[in-house]
Amino acid sequence: MTTRTSSRKSSPRTLAREQDRIAGYGLAYALPLILAALLFLSFNQPAAAMKIQTVKSPGGIEAWLVEDHSNPMMALRFSFEGGSAQDPAGKEGLANFVSSMLDEGAGDIDAAAFQEKLEDLAVRLSFSDTQDAFYGNFETLTANRNEAAELLRLAINSPTFEKDAAERIRAQILASLVYAAKDPDRVASNEWYALAFGGHAYGRPTSGTDASVKAISTEDLADYHKRVFARSNLRVVAVGDISAAELSALLDKVFGALPEKPDLVPVSKIEPATGGKTKIIEMDVPQSVAMFGFGAMPRKDPDFLTAFVLNQLIGGGGFASRLMEEVREKRGLAYSVYSYLQPMRNASIFSGGVATRNDAVQTSIDLIRQELQKVATDGPNETEFENAKSYLTGSYALRFDTNVKIATQLLGLMEEGYGPDYVEKRNALIEAITLEDAKRVAKRLLTTNDMIVTIVGKPETPVAGSKG
Amino acid sequence: MVASLRTGFSFCLMVIASMFALTKSPTAAYAAPSITEFKLDNGMQVVVIPDSRSPVVTHMVWYKVGAADETKGVSGIAHFLEHLMFKSTENIPSGEFSKIVSRLGGQDNAFTGHDVTSYFQRISKDRLRKVMEMEADRMVNLKLADKEVLTERDVILEERRSRIENNPAAILDEQMDATLYLHHPYGVPVIGWEHEIAQLSRQNAIDFYKRYYAPNNAILVVAGDVTPEEVKKNAIETYGKLPANPAAPRAVRASDPPQRVARRVLLEDPRAGKASIHRDYLVPSYTTAAPLEAEALDLLAKIAADGPTSRLYKKLVMEEKVASSAGGSYMGSGLDSGKFSVYAVSADGTDLDKLEASLDSVLADIATNGVSQAELDRAKNGYVAEYIYENDNQASLARRYGWGLALGRSIEQIEGWPDEIRKVTLDDVKKAASTYIDARRSVTGILKPLKAPIAEATPDKSRS
Repeated sequence: MTTRTSSRKSSPRTLAREQDRIAGYGLAYALPLILAALLFLSFNQPAAAMKIQTVKSPGGIEAWLVEDHSNPMMALRFSFEGGSAQDPAGKEGLANFVSSMLDEGAGDIDAAAFQEKLEDLAVRLSFSDTQDAFYGNFETLTANRNEAAELLRLAINSPTFEKDAAERIRAQILASLVYAAKDPDRVASNEWYALAFGGHAYGRPTSGTDASVKAISTEDLADYHKRVFARSNLRVVAVGDISAAELSALLDKVFGALPEKPDLVPVSKIEPATGGKTKIIEMDVPQSVAMFGFGAMPRKDPDFLTAFVLNQLIGGGGFASRLMEEVREKRGLAYSVYSYLQPMRNASIFSGGVATRNDAVQTSIDLIRQELQKVATDGPNETEFENAKSYLTGSYALRFDTNVKIATQLLGLMEEGYGPDYVEKRNALIEAITLEDAKRVAKRLLTTNDMIVTIVGKPETPVAGSKG
Repeated sequence: MVASLRTGFSFCLMVIASMFALTKSPTAAYAAPSITEFKLDNGMQVVVIPDSRSPVVTHMVWYKVGAADETKGVSGIAHFLEHLMFKSTENIPSGEFSKIVSRLGGQDNAFTGHDVTSYFQRISKDRLRKVMEMEADRMVNLKLADKEVLTERDVILEERRSRIENNPAAILDEQMDATLYLHHPYGVPVIGWEHEIAQLSRQNAIDFYKRYYAPNNAILVVAGDVTPEEVKKNAIETYGKLPANPAAPRAVRASDPPQRVARRVLLEDPRAGKASIHRDYLVPSYTTAAPLEAEALDLLAKIAADGPTSRLYKKLVMEEKVASSAGGSYMGSGLDSGKFSVYAVSADGTDLDKLEASLDSVLADIATNGVSQAELDRAKNGYVAEYIYENDNQASLARRYGWGLALGRSIEQIEGWPDEIRKVTLDDVKKAASTYIDARRSVTGILKPLKAPIAEATPDKSRS
């Protein structure tokens, strides 16, 4: 929804209905946690016993490795800098298209045979993109590792982008876009980014549009691959049942033949539009979905970590957050209300969302704005501030309890330019933040006058006393 | 099996994914975690799954009750109570439960299904005792104020709007279930019907709570960096002190009469996207099937409908190009029955009759001619590998065992699953297809975009 990760192939492919056999207490609660996990890849210490090795292959490819031989399997996560922001104008959705094509035929293996081989070997292989990077996720059982790595090598180095497969994937993406155009969450998000980053690569839809996806040729797919897949913009993390020597060989095998440098289009830094704006997109749904946000400090700003703690107590911390308390717990106005900080490579935002019935959505948005203003003016109180810190430091190990989670966390650190030792330092950095810091940064962060709001639905002006 | 049509992060998907992990367990050959199982004096079952890789634990309590145990007319009460369990007890002030867990560096949540209700915390291992105390406390000491009950009811109505009303595919799904299950309560949505949710009271919640929430109707699962001995000691000192309620176990539910006709529902909605067809068959579940029958259905689903190597995808999407996507799954985790589902999204220019004919021909071909040995082997390998992968995730393991036990399966049955899968023959798969892929056991749902804007579609209570 809001992290702007493009849909992988599985999304259009499984385009079906949502089976709502299960209802839960906390979509709203789970949401910020998941977002936090996705966005703040770096912010929790792992198990004390976890040892991060730095491996450099004979071919010069570096990776971080956490060896764990408890289970006969491993996970490899990697990224190439250069995501959908590299899509040429008029060909939005190119990176997303490529991410669905790498396992659709490679080397001299056609699409159907490639998929069968992946299944025969029980390889888990998927690709995805954000604005800034192109990601690969590879898991294999130890027994099949060599053969699985060969498939990965082919997918990375020699995707064929055959015509027939490309048309099939194009049809799936187009079908998903038709659906997305009627999905309030997606529309709210796309409109928000268009308003905030108009004219910049970040303002364009990551999955593209009907016209742009139709304009993408197989040559475009191959060209993206050629431009972005290289060694100098590659980051790799391996976790699980593999030794440093084995990983070293695997790295050369899979990535060694890639060109040294990518050919990336420069992407400029940008601040989200200021001045504040609300846009209503009419859609005939009973519940309006809103996204709100404004610019924030970049990841490397000295105040960023303080802003991260503030976000936790504002809307990133589930029930222990102000927005949840005011909008959901006290008034029953929403099931889901949350905020998050999203540092991208060339911009950073503080953002969030809420979904409320049409006749009360304006009340929810007013409450959110008021709460943000209150925190900006008065700062957080000491209790909520300490609680937020205590959650962030105490829960850090929860992000390091599976191979894939460890790999994801470490890859995020690597991308942001931190060393493996950041994992050990991180909690101390949070503990050192004072209430005074928080008060100062709250004023700097919470620029509600610049708040951009997109609302999808049929919002009505609230009737007095209709707070439900 | 299922994807959300929404692009948001759906908690329910995580749970649904776990449903399919129900009976899936690694075999001893793959270093399965060594499970310890015991019972407290009050009848509460306990399972401990050691995993010392990270100093954290997953603590879950599963109640053997769900939405299908609700009294007719109070639909949604199981789920409503689940929300209210986070309010207050004699020892925990209103709304503090999750905040305490959070302060301790933990994450908590809960979910409700037709057959089970589950509460969990993920937290540092040295806080385990504290969350055990809190979970045991709310098993018997829940207090509810009218005000917080009414506010939470509004939250659930918003939840329903998010999950169902804002999503035509979810509306169709709800209508298909209501049609497939003529009499059995699986036809009522877990979250409840809107008009009944709007009437739920504090007393409804208390009645449900007093009836079903008791240690002898619950299962404790602890996975993570713990020893069975310490879990046992802590369990005796917390849950062990609670009184059993002999009346807690659920009653047998109403069952469906034999189905005699194929059923169809059509939803035309301006938000529908591309036209699509959905088909559900009423089939046995792991708890109702004859030996190897449910396993055969699992394999059938994988071969027929799971992913790009499946029959449906190859035929409809790759060869005939009548669908942009196609797939399906078997849901075998129901206490009283299972469901075999397939779907296809039409390609541009393909009419739905033609799409349905193609879909039917794929299924009929399997029922008549069976599947190949290569397909069966690939499907078996795939399942076994998934179970091994699951060993990497303590939370998944906790769900696997919790769900299985809550449905009355034994640890041996849960762990014997890969071996059972291996026993399934080509004939078993063919028989499952020819027996159960029968239009008279099915409901077909059609979702079509409606081009013309419909007249004011404001919710009209009188229609429901």
